[in-house]
Amino acid sequence: MTLKEVDKKRIVTVKKVNAKGSFKRRLFDMGFVNGTEVYIEKFAPLGDPMEIKLKGYNLSLRHVDANLIEVE
Amino acid sequence: MSTCTIALAGNPNSGKTTLFNVLTGSNHSVGNWPGVTVEKKHGKVKLNKKIDVVDLPGTYSLTAYSMEERIARNYIVDDELDVVVNIVDGTNLERNLFLTSQIIELGKPVIIALNMMDEVEKNNERISIDKLSDELGIPVIGISALKADGIENLLEIVMEVYNNKDKYQPKPWKYSKEIENKISELFNKIEKLNLIDSKYPNRWMALKLIESDKEISEKINLRIDSRNEELEDKLVEEKYKRIGSIVNKCLETKRKFNEFTASDKIDRVLTNKLFGLPIFGMIMYLTFWLTFNVGGIFMDLLDGFVADVVQPIVGSFLIGVGAAEWLQSLIIDGIIGGVGGVLMFLPNIIFLFLAISLLEDTGYMARVAFILDKAMRKIGLSGKAFIPMIMGFGCNVPAIIATRTLENEKDRMIAILINPFMSCGARLPVYVLLSTAFFPGNEALVTFSLYILGFVMAIIMAFIFKKTLFKSEPSPFLMELPTYRMPSIKNVLLKLWLRVKDYITKAGTVIFVASVVVWFILGYNITGAVGINESFGAAIGKMISPIFKPLGFGNWQASLSLIAGLLAKEVVVSNMAIIYGLGDAVAEAALEGNASGFLPTLSAAFSQVSAYAFMVFILLYTPCVAVIGTIKRETKS
Repeated sequence: MTLKEVDKKRIVTVKKVNAKGSFKRRLFDMGFVNGTEVYIEKFAPLGDPMEIKLKGYNLSLRHVDANLIEVE
Repeated sequence: MSTCTIALAGNPNSGKTTLFNVLTGSNHSVGNWPGVTVEKKHGKVKLNKKIDVVDLPGTYSLTAYSMEERIARNYIVDDELDVVVNIVDGTNLERNLFLTSQIIELGKPVIIALNMMDEVEKNNERISIDKLSDELGIPVIGISALKADGIENLLEIVMEVYNNKDKYQPKPWKYSKEIENKISELFNKIEKLNLIDSKYPNRWMALKLIESDKEISEKINLRIDSRNEELEDKLVEEKYKRIGSIVNKCLETKRKFNEFTASDKIDRVLTNKLFGLPIFGMIMYLTFWLTFNVGGIFMDLLDGFVADVVQPIVGSFLIGVGAAEWLQSLIIDGIIGGVGGVLMFLPNIIFLFLAISLLEDTGYMARVAFILDKAMRKIGLSGKAFIPMIMGFGCNVPAIIATRTLENEKDRMIAILINPFMSCGARLPVYVLLSTAFFPGNEALVTFSLYILGFVMAIIMAFIFKKTLFKSEPSPFLMELPTYRMPSIKNVLLKLWLRVKDYITKAGTVIFVASVVVWFILGYNITGAVGINESFGAAIGKMISPIFKPLGFGNWQASLSLIAGLLAKEVVVSNMAIIYGLGDAVAEAALEGNASGFLPTLSAAFSQVSAYAFMVFILLYTPCVAVIGTIKRETKS
C-alpha cells in the first residue's frame, strides 16, 4: 500500500521510499524512513495536496509524490 | 583579542532570523513561513562586540541539492567560522535534530540553541536539556528568541566554546558495522588523494559519497563504485533511529497524533474543504478593502493637511523671507507637489503592507500555497509560487528574491519573470489617482480590476513560458505547514516600518530628485523660464507621444510620465502632480464624488477609456530599475 491510498484520520508506518535522487533525499530529510509513523490529517479543498503529521510537525505533499511512499 | 565568528544554522522557520535580530539589534524581516531568509546576513552582537554573527539560510539538510544548502555547508567549514549555533525548534525536536546530526559531521564546534521553549511549555511538554546535551555530546541552551530569553547564557557558552575549541570538538556519530566498514574504505581512498585545499573533513566526505552527493564526488573525482542505494537508505535510517531514541530519553511527555493543538483546530476551519477557498477570497478582499477604503480615509486627511496647512505655511514663509519667485515655484510646485503627491499615498501603502505582514506572521501564507497548489499546477507551477506573487503586491524586489524557495530552477525562472505583472505598491498611487478622478464611486472596483488583470496576465505568461522556454517535469511539492502563531506586535510593526521606511526613503531621494528635474524641464526651455507648453518637457513628451496615440493617451504629459516611471513607478504620480497641480483637487473630487467639475487639464487629457488604458499600460510596461536589477541578479543573466 502507498501513502496515497490511505484514508483520512488513519495512522500508518512508512516502509520504504521508492523515489529517486534529490526527491528521495528530500523525503529522507523530512523524516520519511522505515518505521516513521504518519497520520493523515486532511486533504486540500481541491482534493490535492494532502496534509499529514509526522515526527511532530505538519507537512503537505501531493498524491503523485505520496504514491512513492510505501506504508503499512 | 580577535573576533569570534558564529553562524546561525537551523531548519526553515526555526527562528534563526528572530535570534539574529535579538543578537545584533538589527531589523531583518522575519515571517512565519519556511524560507524567509534566503541569503546569508552578517552582523555584530550587541552585547558582546567581539562576536560576529552570520545568519545562514534555513535548511532541512546539508545535501548538494539546493543552493541554500550548499551556501550553508560551504560556510560551516569556512576557516573564518569559529562556532556553529544550531537553532533547534523545541516543538519539533525530532526533525530538527536530523540537521544537527549533519552539522556535527562537519567537525566544527556546535552549540544547540533550543528555541521556542516558551511554546514547549505551553504545549505541556518538557525537554530535559541536560540529558539532550549528554546524549548529543554538545552544549544545549534553552532560549526563546521571540521573548529574548536565555540570550546572555547563550553568549557566555559561545565564548566558553570559542576559548576551548579543542575541548568542544564534537565526536562523530558511529554507525553499524556495515556502514563503518564502507566509511573506512572510502576514508582511506580519500586520504590517499591528499587533498590539501579541501576544507571538508575526510570522514564527512566519505559519508557524502555513500549518500552519492554529486558536488563532493565531482570535486574529488571519486565515485562510489557500486552505487549502493541500500547502504544510503540504511545510513539515514540509522540516523533517525538514533535521533528517535535520543528524543525518547529527553522528551518527557510526547504528544500523540490524536491530541490536537489549537493550531490544528484553526487550520481545520481555514483550510476546510468547503470554506477554505471562500475564506481565502474573503481574506484577499479584506486586504484590498483595508488598503483602499480604510487607507483612503487617511489619504484624504493627509492630502488636506498638505494642501491646507503645509503649503500655505511654507508659501507665506518663503514670501516673508523674500525668496525669489523661481525658488518659491521650485519648493511649492516642484518639491511639495512632487514628493507630497507621492507621500500622500503612504496610508494606502501602510495598510497594504500591514495586511501582508499579518499574513506572513500568522502562518497563513503556507496555507495559501496548500489551498492553491492544485490550481497552480494547472499552469505548471507549484503552490509555493503563489507566495512570491502575493508579496509582489507589496514590492516586486523582495518577492523576486523570495522565489528562491522554489526547488526547480525552471519554475523559479517563470516565477521571477511573471512577478512584475503583480501590481506593486508603487503602482497603486497611479491607480488611486486616476480611478478617483475618472471613476468616482467605482474606484475600488476599477483598481481591483487592474490587480486581477495583472494576475491573469501573470498566469497566461506562466503558461506560455512553461510550454515553450522552460519545459520541465512537475517538481515535487513538500512543504512544511508551520504552527499558527499570534503575530508579535513588535515584529509586525518592525516589518511594517522597514517597508514604509523604504517608501519614504525613495520619496526623499529618487522622487525628490526626479521632482526637481521634472519641475525644471516643465518650467524652462533653452531661452529660460517659459510656460509649460513651451518647456523642454513638452518637447520631449511631444516627440514620443505619437507612439502612444493608438492607445488613446497620445498627449505629451502622459508620455513624459511614462518615461519618468521607468525610474520608479511613483514618479509617474509626482510627475502628473506637478504637471496638473493635483493634490487638493483630488481630495475635493473624492469628497464630492464628482470628477467632471475639476481638473480641467487632467480631464481634457484623458477620457475614461484612455485613463483606463493608461493604467493598464502602467501595469504592464517595463518594471522599474530596481526590479530589472533584481531580475538580472537573480537569474544571473
